[in-house]
Amino acid sequence: MQNRKVISPNSLRSRLLRPLRHGDRPWQGMIMLGSALVIVLMAAIGWMLWTRSGDARIAFGWSFLLPTTNPNWDPVKNNFQAWPFIYGTLLTSLFAIGFALPISLGIAIFLAELCPPWLRTPLSWLVELLAAIPSVVYGLWGIFIFLPLVVTPVGNFLANTLGQVPVVGALFTGPIPASGVSRLAASLILTIMIIPTIAAVTRDVFLAIPNSQREASQALGATKWETIWQVLLPYGLSGILGAVILGLGRALGETMAVTMVIGNSIESSSSLLRPGYTMASLIANEFAEAVSNLHTEALIEIGLILFVTTLLLNILARFLVWRVARRTPQEARA
Amino acid sequence: MSTFTELIDRNRMARLRQRKGTNAAMLSLTGLLTALALVPLFWIIGYVIIRGGRSINLDFFIHLPRPMGMTGGGVLHAIEGTLVVTLLAAVFAIPPGVLAAFYAARFPNTPLGVILRFSTDVLSGVPSIVIGLFTYALMVKPMGHYSGLAGGVALAFLMLPTIIRTTEEMLKLVPSTLREASLGLGAPEWKTSLRVLFPAAANGIITGFLLALARAAGETAPLLLTTLGNERFDLGQIITGGIQAHQSVFQIIGRIVNQPLDSLPLTLWKYAQQPYPERIDQSWAVALVLMILVLLINISARVWIQVRTRRMKG
Repeated sequence: MQNRKVISPNSLRSRLLRPLRHGDRPWQGMIMLGSALVIVLMAAIGWMLWTRSGDARIAFGWSFLLPTTNPNWDPVKNNFQAWPFIYGTLLTSLFAIGFALPISLGIAIFLAELCPPWLRTPLSWLVELLAAIPSVVYGLWGIFIFLPLVVTPVGNFLANTLGQVPVVGALFTGPIPASGVSRLAASLILTIMIIPTIAAVTRDVFLAIPNSQREASQALGATKWETIWQVLLPYGLSGILGAVILGLGRALGETMAVTMVIGNSIESSSSLLRPGYTMASLIANEFAEAVSNLHTEALIEIGLILFVTTLLLNILARFLVWRVARRTPQEARA
Repeated sequence: MSTFTELIDRNRMARLRQRKGTNAAMLSLTGLLTALALVPLFWIIGYVIIRGGRSINLDFFIHLPRPMGMTGGGVLHAIEGTLVVTLLAAVFAIPPGVLAAFYAARFPNTPLGVILRFSTDVLSGVPSIVIGLFTYALMVKPMGHYSGLAGGVALAFLMLPTIIRTTEEMLKLVPSTLREASLGLGAPEWKTSLRVLFPAAANGIITGFLLALARAAGETAPLLLTTLGNERFDLGQIITGGIQAHQSVFQIIGRIVNQPLDSLPLTLWKYAQQPYPERIDQSWAVALVLMILVLLINISARVWIQVRTRRMKG
């Protein structure tokens, strides 16, 4: 008979190994710790931005955010107002959404409803690759190629047509700089960058719509386009709205490409065709060089505005997409 | 025959023709829009390859930059910096990300699980420049100087939501019978998770890592506020110098991560703004290297998951 080695239950080795043998407690502790870290991180971002901008918030109050016709951003005199940057961010993002939505909708419809299944995956990949290109590469291509070849001609055209219209004209007064550096350039680059986000989510919304909807519509004699436009689109509307909001969130926070093409100047002009600034590009440009405490804090407060805005947008978007996702399977079953 | 019904028929035919016309026009418009969206993709990739390919050479990969205005020199410091920072980010982000994903997949409806999934969503939407500001306040300010370590932490924060979400999705795809079989054989929960669920989902999880890594490698904005840039960074010299001075591995790693670093996107951004044509040429070359790096990781991750899932189904 072999001499079996007996491990006494109270030996050190056995005691050390015990939690491993019945390791569910430690395991649960570890995965809860991982989760807690993520939650703490989110809270810490908000808290840090809030406390580190305390002096600026006290010094400028709400006037920091309010629209003004005579904006101040003066690091020498320590006087800061964020309106030109808020305006620049809103203007470029909203125009980007305006350009990107019809294109993304077309892509989503084509991918989900029309194209043969063998083509769907590679085409979806290509569209999503647009989101994989680093934003500095967009910026570089923008400065040297896209701006002189596309943005300047388009800008001149807009200045000569829409710029002459009485009310809307204020948004399109020229002249656009010869280099093309302008808010329009930022909007168009942002358009390209948010198309993949909006198109991918919208495609998924279309793919999630139950077939019974399509069959019922076509059985009533509707053409394919009528089915898409009058049946599927209203059905997936809140999901598409969610996609738009996700895209908007991306556009608001995009930094590098915008910084490289928007011109980074504080202008009193409200025109799309003039150079400007966005909140993100301001932080990227000035933060490393900010000397005074108040300047740094004002920049952090701008970061806080961005954080709160994207937080709210994300909550709204998730809610909308989630509502579609929840409704669809139940009705598909019915 | 009555002309009345004929008239109605003709009207109906006209409307039908019009409806079919709209149908054809709008459907082809969607195809055109898809093609239109792909124009910038091929334009960017094509132009970067042509322009970057012209100014790329071996020196570019193995030399440090020359002083401004001089020709020659390379971006070795930025390549090394990118490697250091993304590696650090992966080391920091993967363990907590995977653990949190196990929690999210196992307990999605507990209060902690709900808040976790919400936080993940929010984090994935936070602009990268804001992450940079946060990391600046968290690390650079208290440490008193910019460092590669802070950059790694910032990129880890950016990678975290991607890692959690893809890992969670992949864990959920594992059939519950596998889990039940393992538990039924008497394996404890942790062993089931690590030895059964994780390997079963590994392909998708690795794809998630790679996609997150590709995104982090191309990021600039957070690095601007954390690693700042350092044209004299020389990984080889630090390591050989450290070995000659009989420093321990930890001391050498500490020296590497404790100083400001450059990275490829950061270098591209700086060079593109300089008035010297050599630097502009080099920025195109950096764009080429960066794009190939990011697209290669991205495409291989997608191909990998595609091939693997097909094999699993077959």
